Amino acid sequence: MTATEPREKLVGQAIKRREDPRLVRGQGRYMDDIVLPGMAHVKILRSPLAHARIRNVDTARAAEAPGVLGVYTGADFADVNALPYAWQAAGVDNHVNTPRILAVDEVHWVGDPIAVVVAETPQQAADARDLIDLDLEALPAVVDAEATTHNGAPQLHENALNNIAFEWDCGDEAGVEGAIGDAAVRISQRIRNQRLIATPIETRGAIGQYDAGTDEYTFWLSSQAPHVHRLVMAAFVLGHPEEKIRVIAPDMGGAFGSKIFMYTEYPLVGLLAKQLGRPVKWIEEREEHALATAQGRDHVTDLDIAAEQDGTITGLRVTTWANLGAYLSTAAGGIPTTLYGRMVAGVYKIPNIHCKVYGTYTNTALVDAYRGAGRPEAAYVIERVVDLVAAELGMDPADVRRKNFIPTEAFPYDTGIGMLPYDSGDYPAALDKALDLIGYSDLRQQQADARANGKYLGIGFSSYVEVCGIAPTAWVTSEGWGAGLWESANVRVQLTGKVVVTTGSMPHGQGHETTFAQMVSDGLGVPYDDIIVEYGDTAGTPFGYGTYGSRSLAVGGTAIVQSVEKIRDKITKIAAHMLEVNEDEVDIDAGTAFVKGAPDRNVSFGDIAATAAVGAGLPEGVEPFLDATTYFDPPNCTFPFGTHIAVVEVEEDTGNVEIKRYVAIDDVGNVINPLIVDGQVHGGIVQGIGQALWEHGVYDDGGQLLSSTLMDYGIPKASWLPMMELDRTVTTTDVNPMGAKGAGEAGTIASTPAIVNAVMDALSPVGIKHLDMPLSAPRVWTAMQEAKEN
Amino acid sequence: MQVSMTVNGQERSGEVEPRTLLVHFLRENLGLTGTHIGCDTSQCGACTIHLNGKAVKSCTVLAVQANGADVTTIEGMAKDGELHPIQEGFWEEHGLQCGYCTPGMIMTTADLLKRNPNPTEAEIRHGIEGNLCRCTGYQHIVKSVQWAADKMAAQSGD
Repeated sequence: MTATEPREKLVGQAIKRREDPRLVRGQGRYMDDIVLPGMAHVKILRSPLAHARIRNVDTARAAEAPGVLGVYTGADFADVNALPYAWQAAGVDNHVNTPRILAVDEVHWVGDPIAVVVAETPQQAADARDLIDLDLEALPAVVDAEATTHNGAPQLHENALNNIAFEWDCGDEAGVEGAIGDAAVRISQRIRNQRLIATPIETRGAIGQYDAGTDEYTFWLSSQAPHVHRLVMAAFVLGHPEEKIRVIAPDMGGAFGSKIFMYTEYPLVGLLAKQLGRPVKWIEEREEHALATAQGRDHVTDLDIAAEQDGTITGLRVTTWANLGAYLSTAAGGIPTTLYGRMVAGVYKIPNIHCKVYGTYTNTALVDAYRGAGRPEAAYVIERVVDLVAAELGMDPADVRRKNFIPTEAFPYDTGIGMLPYDSGDYPAALDKALDLIGYSDLRQQQADARANGKYLGIGFSSYVEVCGIAPTAWVTSEGWGAGLWESANVRVQLTGKVVVTTGSMPHGQGHETTFAQMVSDGLGVPYDDIIVEYGDTAGTPFGYGTYGSRSLAVGGTAIVQSVEKIRDKITKIAAHMLEVNEDEVDIDAGTAFVKGAPDRNVSFGDIAATAAVGAGLPEGVEPFLDATTYFDPPNCTFPFGTHIAVVEVEEDTGNVEIKRYVAIDDVGNVINPLIVDGQVHGGIVQGIGQALWEHGVYDDGGQLLSSTLMDYGIPKASWLPMMELDRTVTTTDVNPMGAKGAGEAGTIASTPAIVNAVMDALSPVGIKHLDMPLSAPRVWTAMQEAKEN
Repeated sequence: MQVSMTVNGQERSGEVEPRTLLVHFLRENLGLTGTHIGCDTSQCGACTIHLNGKAVKSCTVLAVQANGADVTTIEGMAKDGELHPIQEGFWEEHGLQCGYCTPGMIMTTADLLKRNPNPTEAEIRHGIEGNLCRCTGYQHIVKSVQWAADKMAAQSGD
């Protein structure tokens, strides 16, 4: 290739991932693969009761068991701070109770940690754990998000009257009251968004190491945000200087939000390592994951809808009880308020909305962000609302959507309920494309034919919008978040011409190494293989708030792009000096800087890098080395959107739901790597389908978790799913220079209501208007029998 | 007690407790950490290996039961530095994201394609349903298996 041939751009290409060769060989380094000399192993004894007073914990027999190095109870950590609560429900009182390292006096959920054993091997630790004698005095428990607020319900915490952690609202209460009063059509419905268990295939884990000579801790953590874990442990839990704590996040076997938060086990392994003078490892058992890792969703919601006869929605009142579990997890206050309440308008122009949220304590595992985090709950609310209106009026749900869409010319659009303005959108375009791809004009006829043959065929829509690229620090802090949400990146060019990118983002399956390298390769015109992307170690990367909220590209990626721009400017300066021309006469491409119109006059990227690194022959006033760091705080979030359509058939004899087709039109703005985006969308859709049909974290009335293993918790299997049909529309955003919006959560947000709406459509001939998830075969079959009897 | 077995073509032995699971022997005694553990109840399939040529979940086999057996793990799939066609297929078709289920998924696929070299989509989905993936929604995994089947068929036709 000569300098005159423009180099083929990598952005936009479906490049296969550079992460994969080592992973397909079994050479990944996940938490339990890490072995340190002298490492001891931790097992945690957790409460078998949902609510109880701790009378006594007798550790004597356990302490004498083979291989045991130490047994500890809450009293041993009584002087360690409880975990911090980082995202308050904004503008209201939050009655805060957070977990302690180990429970003291009282336990509040099945899984509340009571004691810990450290032994030479995990098996010895587990054996000794069985020898701890617990004397617990059972107390009454409550598990339901709403019932916990009733008079007479067991009280969890003294400072939270009626178990209410906060009461928050947004929108116009009086306006909604008026709209409902004036409405030609009024619909009320209670819906439940059931509790989910994140269930990455790798559970959480933590390794702590303490160097007494330097007073330094090193942690290996399952972490989507290693810098934040370091900061929080330093400032709030361990009270130890931040620079004497290093957090390393190794390869992670999935997370889906569950590895964002501060957990008690993380400081615990550090404290134990210091106590014992040995590195200490804790690997979460699968059942522990169900009991002790933060869970998702769990809302009870009352809907009151006002509409006109033509399908125009004029008012929406949403009253939600959000189950937060026994204590407040790290971001528990923000998920059901900012990321849920402020998103219930969805893609629609609704003049009157009010959303009231009660965050409630119950004797259950803590609830926090799980893939989508608030936005799936909001999309579920509004997309069920639209279908309830369509069903009530006998209208085509596609028509009700179109009638109420925010007009394309209205962007940026303020929904009036406190969300930042939606950046850009073209909702009819996505709907039209989805209708076209699924062949909607024929589909309704096929449905009529199927019904005539006694089959229950249903078509379900979901036109969604989500808020992602979560940032503007000024906004999130005004919304109760206790830190920043900017991102940073460093780009430096080594003497050898290799480019090293360090990012504060923390990939765990999303392929950042590939995507970021594509961007940098284009930006600097250097070969893709010469770019190294580093992350996951606080000792070697600039501060980052982490990977969640579909924000790595929009926020972290922009920090990289801006660092690349700085390097490019410096390269231009140096090249102009070397070529003896003005800077505006220099262009960069294909690994060279050359004189515009005279490409034979060029210097190679390698020569420029070497010149800069050595520092000889630089223009006056230019510092040696090509090295740039950027801290990027965007002006807005991004708002991806789309329309998904599902076609399902319900088997009359069993209630089983079969997905016949699934079409997804997503608009995530410009796409860097379509292969990776498709993978994100597929996985997201299937997680949302899992919620619609199979997944449920079930607590009995006494607070026992009945779905604590993969025998009982139904994550989707390959044979339950169809091939999904994907396409995109592209509406760019000016929030970041790539015009990219974010793709990590869109599928999960969209798919749940599409499936539920399809099943409700299938069941409409028997008069069923709403069923709560999961729409498991027994639940659907039972509802069909009851409906037929009536 | 002492166990010996052939692992990826090499004679390996070690001292284990009678209750030691094969997956723990492979990971802890032999350091073959490519075989993963994802559950305690034999649902997830992350620990799938080949025992005497058949795919098994190595969390459901005691190490002593594998005494004298021929074991292949993910580390034994690539030959002479070249990826196995199934490994290539997962790379080509983006059949993995976090990569944690991948070794088990690849071992199951190898068994599936040995029994059924040209499976339909439904046969692939049925064949891998004992292996759970939380990232991909399985679509690209199905395509990876199809890619591998095509490549292996082309190779055997050479």
